[in-house]
Amino acid sequence: MPARSVLLSGTDERDLTKLDEYRAVGGYKALSKALKMEPAAIVEEVTVATLRGRGGAGFPTGRKASFVLKEPPTYLVINADESEPGAFKDREIMLRVPHRLIEGCLISARAIESQEVFIYIRGEYLAEFEVLRAALDDAREAGLLGDITIVLHRGAGAYICGEETALLESLEGERGQPRPRPPFPPVNGLYGRPTQINNVQTIATVPAIIELGGAEFAKIGPENSPGTAVFSLSGNVVNPGNYELELGTPLRELIYDVGGGVAGGRELKAIIPGGSSVPILTPDQIDTPLDFDSIAEAGSFFGSAAVIVIDDRCCMVQLALRAEKFYMHESCGKCTPCREGTRWLVSLLQTIEDGRAERADLDLLLSVCDRMLGKSLCALGDFAVYPVASYARHFREEFEAHLDGRGCPFDGESSIEGIFA
Amino acid sequence: MSLAERIQEIATEYPQRRSAILPALRLAQEEYGWLPPEALREVGDALELAPAQCEAVASFYDMLHLAPVGRHLVEVCTNLSCALVGAQQVLETFETELGVKAGETTEDGEVTLRALECAGGCGRAPVVVVDHRYHEPLKPEDVPAIVEQLRAGP
Ligand SMILES: Cc1cc2nc3c(=O)[nH]c(=O)nc-3n(C[C@H](O)[C@H](O)[C@H](O)COP(=O)(O)O)c2cc1C
Ligand code: SF4
Ligand code: FES
Repeated sequence: MPARSVLLSGTDERDLTKLDEYRAVGGYKALSKALKMEPAAIVEEVTVATLRGRGGAGFPTGRKASFVLKEPPTYLVINADESEPGAFKDREIMLRVPHRLIEGCLISARAIESQEVFIYIRGEYLAEFEVLRAALDDAREAGLLGDITIVLHRGAGAYICGEETALLESLEGERGQPRPRPPFPPVNGLYGRPTQINNVQTIATVPAIIELGGAEFAKIGPENSPGTAVFSLSGNVVNPGNYELELGTPLRELIYDVGGGVAGGRELKAIIPGGSSVPILTPDQIDTPLDFDSIAEAGSFFGSAAVIVIDDRCCMVQLALRAEKFYMHESCGKCTPCREGTRWLVSLLQTIEDGRAERADLDLLLSVCDRMLGKSLCALGDFAVYPVASYARHFREEFEAHLDGRGCPFDGESSIEGIFA
Repeated sequence: MSLAERIQEIATEYPQRRSAILPALRLAQEEYGWLPPEALREVGDALELAPAQCEAVASFYDMLHLAPVGRHLVEVCTNLSCALVGAQQVLETFETELGVKAGETTEDGEVTLRALECAGGCGRAPVVVVDHRYHEPLKPEDVPAIVEQLRAGP
């Protein structure tokens, strides 16, 4: 499958952070075109393109835009809070093609007849904020913003603020705790107004859709998940990094052809295909095409297009424990199953890792997972379950080998030994 | 411009003033080094919020400090991708070089060391963030030079 570039197109030859360079590769032409279109026609192109949101859930972007009530003021909010363990793709876009994101914002705002855009950028992303701010200043000075304002809003370190309703709370100046839905943001979002929320990559794809036309864009990649994505490849792989590929590219191609295979000649043990929050895949699933439907069929999720490669030196109980401590720390505390369940899982995993657990504890671990799944206000409650439940299912024997006083079979030699000390 | 004036200026960017609380707390923290009660009061006064509201918000976010921290902040990512390629050795080397454990500040109040969740640099792991600037990748053998710079620097 070709390494087609849409999002990062032109970045290898030119410094596209500069406005004139971006214009030299056709930048802001899609905006000119969109300014001559009716808002509904822009939404229609995105709908025909069957663009699916790149923030994790894969919701059709055109449909989302069509839900936004036309009752001003309405808002467009860009989710640039990227904090999913394994993901570093939005950062690449902001650092290398900030104008493509800005152009996407201006077109998308017009599509929903909104005059105010907020980009909520992860607090730790200081360099990215600076690049984006400079690009925004240049675009504003060049008169490209028209009657639209774009405000860059920096977060302050909280994974949960990537969840769209928590993000809105945070943007309103509250603690970043998710809201119950309905009402959904397109009806009642920021400051109680109709609001569209999209991921950085989703919006940075919009200029290409307007330029090519929705029907032409829809021909890139598989029918039900067209387009490209920047995949973040990390872990025990020879060439980690960001790679833009057509959706539907087989996992094997990303890890072996593009990524150079498992580092140090080790054996592949497992692959996390969409960031730490999705179920793990095993080496026999290496031919899974990287698109929304195919990964779902394989029992996991496309998630954040963040592929983590794990070699045979890693203890899966330790990996589960490391992942679960993250969710325990990031749980906002609003729902009991998530707040208490994550603590239970951490404590049970620690018992297993230390060799203090019996079979009943492993059963309890899985039963806590069952009792958390689908029982919380937001998806973090599920994200906290997927790693543990899927590692325990696919690596059951390894979990069992820890039981009854035997302790970690890696005997101090696991690749992530000591990480939670 | 005073802190209050700067906060009020930022607040004009938002349809509702309260939205300026994170930028305001960040500014106050830059001025005070952390967020002592008087900083929370100043932010509260500028935005017409009770100090307790400011504290409730500040306590939610990892980048806002309600207790003093060192003049320098060293954060070592210990999430999955970094862990898989040796983040623990990097963290341990910092612990040895600085003579503190993760979560502690050196006795002279100069450097706070802490573990960080995924910093978004997993492709160039292990990632260390020093005073908000990314070092990626950072290997254990790079640690002494970083510590020396911090000790010598302003
Ligand atoms: C705990 C949690 C964290 C999330 N973090 C992010 C994030 O960092 N960036 C993002 O775009 N979406 C994130 N999402 C998904 C958003 O809620 C939302 O679905 C997305 O921003 C919608 O944009 P899209 O339709 O363009 O995909 C997160 C969801 C959850 C439950
Ligand atoms: S599921 Fe967890 S993170 Fe989400 S709202 Fe409930 S407690 Fe908060
Ligand atoms: S896991 Fe360390 S930067 Fe992502």
